[in-house]
Amino acid sequence: MTAPQNTTSGGRLKPLPAGPRGILIDCGTGEAARACYRALQARRVNGSLEATDLVPGATTVLVDGVEEPELLAAEIPGWVLTDDTGHVGETVEIPVCYDGPDLEAVARIWGVDPEAVADIHTSVEYEATFCGFTPGFAYLEGLPEHYHTPRLEEPRTAVPAGSVAVGGPYTGVYPRTSPGGWRLIATMTNPRRLWHEHREPAALLVPGTRVRFVKVSI
Amino acid sequence: MSHIEIIRSGILTTCQDGGRPGWAHLAVPPSGAADRPSWRLANQLAGNATAACALETTLTGCTVRAHRNVTVVVGGAPCAVTVDGRPEAWGQPVKLAAGSVLDAGPAEVGVRSYLAFSGGLHPKAGLGSHSTCLLSGLGPAPVKDGDTIPLGPSPAHPPLPTQWPAPWAGVNDEIVMKLHLGPRLDHFAEDAVDELAKGVWTVSEQSNRVGLRLTGPTLRHRDPAIELPSEGIVAGSLQVPPNGRPILFGADHPTTGGYPVIGVVGAASQAAAAQARPGTRIRFAPIPMPQWSEVL
Repeated sequence: MTAPQNTTSGGRLKPLPAGPRGILIDCGTGEAARACYRALQARRVNGSLEATDLVPGATTVLVDGVEEPELLAAEIPGWVLTDDTGHVGETVEIPVCYDGPDLEAVARIWGVDPEAVADIHTSVEYEATFCGFTPGFAYLEGLPEHYHTPRLEEPRTAVPAGSVAVGGPYTGVYPRTSPGGWRLIATMTNPRRLWHEHREPAALLVPGTRVRFVKVSI
Repeated sequence: MSHIEIIRSGILTTCQDGGRPGWAHLAVPPSGAADRPSWRLANQLAGNATAACALETTLTGCTVRAHRNVTVVVGGAPCAVTVDGRPEAWGQPVKLAAGSVLDAGPAEVGVRSYLAFSGGLHPKAGLGSHSTCLLSGLGPAPVKDGDTIPLGPSPAHPPLPTQWPAPWAGVNDEIVMKLHLGPRLDHFAEDAVDELAKGVWTVSEQSNRVGLRLTGPTLRHRDPAIELPSEGIVAGSLQVPPNGRPILFGADHPTTGGYPVIGVVGAASQAAAAQARPGTRIRFAPIPMPQWSEVL
């Protein structure tokens, strides 16, 4: 019998131990991680997987709170992942004003005029690939590689809520005032939309959500 | 119903129940009582379902006034307990009459005492939990002097006449923790497992519910220039930034991180860590990666 290959990654999913009740699945690529996350969600829905948490990362998925991780670990390398998109619902539009303090610095890094930063940033359809840092914060992927942006040498101690930033391959919006090392290019008009603990889901941008930024002026 | 009133909050007293498992994909830390076994036992002795919300103190204890008759159990870190100035038992159900004041004194050993009230506390909930999360700000803020916190209805079953198991085994000057190696052992230098097995670390002052910062031997990365893309983290993870100084994550830990985790401690060690004061020595007993991770 031959083991089926994972069609999306081309490589095998690699389960790594994360304590007595956890498995970190190294998927190799972000695309494979998203497919693996969907596969795990489907197994949880159909009852074949019991886990407390499924946590997507950039190229991994963490499965936490599993009674017998060795049984799951034995299964994982043989999984066939499908390329179905895992987009959640409609594309979310985020109105922003391109007035960030690092706008000119980012324009220099990108090699464009400051006005062009908004055009580039609004032209991309992003995907919230995973959440982290603080509730309501999603890592948005989609910027072409030549617009990936180095983080600040010295992180700011307080980035205002609603700041739209670029860092590494990602862009994102700070849901509340927090320290931050990404470069600030814009401001979201209503950052309270990002997180509302009495709403279901509490986060506006859950993993799989597509996002577009829309330029507005104040 | 009624409520309790905080007379003296101490340096940090928070409301804690079973926390918020299941929301880590939205960057919500698990939170909940840092020393689970002590919190659970205090609740059981108070006649509560184990998931009830209790007060969790930090080193200095706290003082509360009851505004109805209520049974209280002070557990976790041992401390002097008084009611209206008279000594009362630690670790056993204490009947507190409406208007009386209970003082839980500074922790004699350990860090966190638990005050469990019959009926449980019902502060503002967030995502289904009454737990304060210091990292995310979810749940009620840490308690302040003068705060009032609603009490739930008294449980139908009266408090159990059980004795607190003695002696309380939670704290020593030195803790040995079983460390399940992985997931990112391969990011560390060849000698890292040896270093882990023979090193002694000390809990630093910069430690809280998010994690214990440990001072001691540095754990060298194989190649400090290699960056790890952000990935999910479990409670009990021993994460090592490029400076080689490990952080042992607790209940309010971040859900993802970009520094490699060399190993993970289990539930019993997480409870012990929650009671480890600055200066406590920590040793690790590394447990090899399971066979299934080697054959791949």
